[in-house]
Amino acid sequence: MIRPEIVWIILGMGLVTYLPRWFPLVFLSRRNLPVWVVEWLDLIPAAILSALLLPELVTSDTHRHMALWQPKLWVAIPTFIFALKTKSLGGTVIVGMALFWLVQSIA
Amino acid sequence: MADPVSSQNKRDIKTSILPGLAAAWPICLGYVPIGLAFGVLAQKAGLYSIEITMMSILVFAGSSQFIAVSMLSAGAGAVPVIITTFAVNLRHLLMSSSLAVFLGDSTRKKLSLFAYGVTDESFAVNYTRFSQKNWNLSQALVVNHTANLTWVISSVIGGYSGRFIHENAFGIDYALTAMFICLLIFQLKGRFYVITAVISGIVAVILSLIIPGSSYIILASVIAPTMVFAIKKWGLR
Repeated sequence: MIRPEIVWIILGMGLVTYLPRWFPLVFLSRRNLPVWVVEWLDLIPAAILSALLLPELVTSDTHRHMALWQPKLWVAIPTFIFALKTKSLGGTVIVGMALFWLVQSIA
Repeated sequence: MADPVSSQNKRDIKTSILPGLAAAWPICLGYVPIGLAFGVLAQKAGLYSIEITMMSILVFAGSSQFIAVSMLSAGAGAVPVIITTFAVNLRHLLMSSSLAVFLGDSTRKKLSLFAYGVTDESFAVNYTRFSQKNWNLSQALVVNHTANLTWVISSVIGGYSGRFIHENAFGIDYALTAMFICLLIFQLKGRFYVITAVISGIVAVILSLIIPGSSYIILASVIAPTMVFAIKKWGLR
């Protein structure tokens, strides 16, 4: 079963999601950007990752109040140290999952 | 003489597909439970399997798909759903801009194909490798499309059978969080990057508490680098 009105919504969602992904790649990559733009863009990944991560760790799942007393935050500390020491992405994922599983099983 | 096509294929497998898969697996591991959860929720919200599949193929942006499904089940119309999707996914504009710096010599066709797969996760993995100078667009494409395939398949399976799968088996809910922790560490290449991350994290937490939706991500990701850039230029001499 498929409904035309839902298909239109999905097509619209697809378009407005694709355009912001596509536009900078096609139009910025061929240009020599000014140095200050490159320097500014260079700081953005650290900012994005931190903005994705920290609210997830210190606020409740509904993202509407602070929640420091939760396993995702405690597990993040040893996971962070492991990542800092080993610089291993795969290892960090495995260690983080194992610790989280352990903490959840105990709690 | 060796068949030129099959030796080309072998070379592709060695130079692009295997490194791409090696880089993509942590993303895939994280996408499975989220994709399953999305499938289950979408089905409960009244979407048909083919609609769920279509949404995962055409939109391919986790959080906005969850939001769209909850809006649809609350009776929202097309325009609010599409505008919200746009707002939630506008952050990819910044990610694609950062990636564009490395892709000057690529064809428009390949870039258009690559753009489709830019997500928080694939961006973080590909950006890290590009900035270490040992990555190319073909390998990045393998990462994006492997992640996409995992996302589509798991949301389809979720739509059919999600209720049978135990939540948080093996701590799999934590896969993406752990991945972001490690990728953030890769980005902390000097004190200005650390300051940017700290400011962005604090701004994001505060904004996430006071404004609805997920616009805090894009706001923090613009505010923090701008502040640090200003400090760098005019503050610390």
